[in-house]
Amino acid sequence: MYRKHSFFRALWRHAVLLFFVVFALFPILWVISASFNPANTLVGQRLIPSNPSLDNYREIFTSEQYPIALWIKNSVVIGLITSTLVVILTAFAAYAFSRFRFKGRRTGLFASLLIQVFPQMLAAVSIYLLVLSIGRLVPALGINTHAGLIMVYLGGAMGVNAWLMKGYFDTIPSSLEESAMIDGASPFQAFYMIILPLARPILAVIFLLQFIGTYSELILASVLISSSEKYTLAVGLQLFIHDQYASRWGVFAAASVLGALPIVLLFMFLQKYLVTGLTTGAVKG
Amino acid sequence: MEVGKLIKIIFLGVLNVVFIWTALFLYSSQAYWVLLLLLLGAALVNFVFISEKAYPYRYLLPATFFMVLLVVYPIVYTVYISLTNYGTGNILSKEQAVAQLQERSILDTEAGNYAYQAYRDGQGQLHFVFTSPGGELFLGYAGGLTPVQEGDPRLVELEGFTELTRADLVRATNEISALSFSLDEGRQLRMRNINSFGVYRQQYEYYPERDELLDLETGTTYRSVQGYFQAPDGTRLTPGFREVIGFQNFRKLFTNPQVTGPFLRVFVWTIQWALLSVGCTFAVGLFLALLLNDPHLRFRRFYRSVLILPYAVPAFISALIWRGLFHTELGVINQILKATIGSGVPWLQDPVWAKVALVILNLWLGFPYMMIVCLGALQSINSEMYEAAVVDGASTWQQFYHITLPLLMVSVAPLLIASFSFNFNNFSVIYLLTRGRPPIVNAQTPAGHTDILISYTYRLAFESGRGVDYGLASAVTLVIFLITGAITFLNFRFTGALEEVRKNV
Repeated sequence: MYRKHSFFRALWRHAVLLFFVVFALFPILWVISASFNPANTLVGQRLIPSNPSLDNYREIFTSEQYPIALWIKNSVVIGLITSTLVVILTAFAAYAFSRFRFKGRRTGLFASLLIQVFPQMLAAVSIYLLVLSIGRLVPALGINTHAGLIMVYLGGAMGVNAWLMKGYFDTIPSSLEESAMIDGASPFQAFYMIILPLARPILAVIFLLQFIGTYSELILASVLISSSEKYTLAVGLQLFIHDQYASRWGVFAAASVLGALPIVLLFMFLQKYLVTGLTTGAVKG
Repeated sequence: MEVGKLIKIIFLGVLNVVFIWTALFLYSSQAYWVLLLLLLGAALVNFVFISEKAYPYRYLLPATFFMVLLVVYPIVYTVYISLTNYGTGNILSKEQAVAQLQERSILDTEAGNYAYQAYRDGQGQLHFVFTSPGGELFLGYAGGLTPVQEGDPRLVELEGFTELTRADLVRATNEISALSFSLDEGRQLRMRNINSFGVYRQQYEYYPERDELLDLETGTTYRSVQGYFQAPDGTRLTPGFREVIGFQNFRKLFTNPQVTGPFLRVFVWTIQWALLSVGCTFAVGLFLALLLNDPHLRFRRFYRSVLILPYAVPAFISALIWRGLFHTELGVINQILKATIGSGVPWLQDPVWAKVALVILNLWLGFPYMMIVCLGALQSINSEMYEAAVVDGASTWQQFYHITLPLLMVSVAPLLIASFSFNFNNFSVIYLLTRGRPPIVNAQTPAGHTDILISYTYRLAFESGRGVDYGLASAVTLVIFLITGAITFLNFRFTGALEEVRKNV
């Protein structure tokens, strides 16, 4: 399909690609530039700031009213704990779906998927009431606690995640465990010592997807968390910038750069898994 | 093996301790239904961990537990709410509403006014002397009234306290007006104005056996009708209460023109939005993938790694950034437009431009994903096909249309459908960029030109200035679920995933 190009054909292609490179990069560069612009406003910003400074970044770490650095930390901690627990719960469930035959397997697999497409918006009301009553029993899991929020996120462990992981487990030949079990390993040991190490790529993908999802989650976090020092970045940042673009643009830009950093780093770190995970796992379905 | 068994026993023991502790708590707080559920759950857990037959369920139990508690239960609750009138004006339970109404009282004008003096003792407590219209004296203290005669020693005692002056009374109005003194059965003395107290009596009496509320003053009977106490002439008492009203929310959604109008507009835009999002991101993603898949292209790796970047920025941050870029007066996009073509665009104020802005934002957010997916799919297409096509004299376009596209679709189509479902409910992009604005004028429910169903639901439930309507919002939620559920089902039919499951069972 692809032939060697004449000079003009190549030029045309590069022109189109460069256009999209500008499209993709411009907002990112513009925000990075704004984060170093001490003026802290949208007004008269240039791509190369005339007198760059770190004032905006300093503001993030020192502001008492808007503890943005703390919000980023909260989001990262909540994201890491949630994703770790979700990967563990999902791995157990996916192993059962992949390796055992039992009553309700097919129904369970499909129902867990269907249930997860239910729009959670209104469920926020009932989840709030639920967490309120759990909080009466165990105050540490109640309203306005990170533990309570993490618990709520664990509800999403089944569903697409379990499906993706089950698809991957299916590709690992079961003869590996069978031989281990002949050597006296229990099914749990076979799962723990043979399947899990082999499934590292899909564990990484689920971890990454769950981390991004938790990090960006807005509705439940804003319903369940009420005090400013416990906000996640998604909740805090949108309250911080809402209709204040003229006066808070610089600090917001610095917060965006720092706030995007954990995801960008994780993304680069796990990218090679992600591309295979997204294409093999998902396409297999 | 033995160690494994020991761990299992300890684990189960700890779980049961937690169960018992929770059960005791529930018992002491009289939550018997929850207690019953807990005991059933505990029995299930013990069964699953002791019976060898139930072995596979051990692996499913933890994730299932959280799913049932935090996903299934809220769904059931939403279904229930959709059948009620829960919302502003109908927030209270029936008992709470009845209690509030029974506390209402009306002034007995025939009983006349009671003049009073107020005194404050050393502890700051208030004492009152009331004079009835007939000239009888009453001593009022801590909610109780005692008839007294002139010269009673208790009256003399009052002279040792500080009598409140008029200025003091004005200052203490809030304190005094909160007091009430029981005169006799069903009648109380309460502050009427700064000079006098009046006789108040209970206005409504509730008869649970007939489920009616009687107005003791007029004799009107109020029947409990659809969340309100309603008189025969149709007058309703407020507050109303929460009650199951059947399918009325759904009926309202589909037949009341003032509700249906905005709902349909929102619905149509939701479909357009999901289609446009998938269409644009897929078109651009596929186009770029085709360019990048060309082995003769220089700087491929550079292009690829740069074009993927938007995907790595959290979407909520991107949306907020773009909101700044689209800012009508100060945003860089309008600065550029003004510098080049002379005038800016009212991005977030005009219904059409707001939609354009949303599609541009979603294109930026979504094309890298489509590009990755298409690149993966293109690489799996056998190059011999193209060689055969070239031998047959097919043009580049024919090759694309007859080979690339059909083969690509096999693996990419399910992802496109999933992406459609995702964007159908893509709340955060809409909420963070436009908040559904600009508003549709003359709509009875709060709706905006860029609201999609899910953000419309959010407004109905949480944000309306005219009061919230959880019942209607829940009904819309179920409509959304029906649609996305059907799409998901079809998608899995389509990809044969269900069949694969069936085969394995």
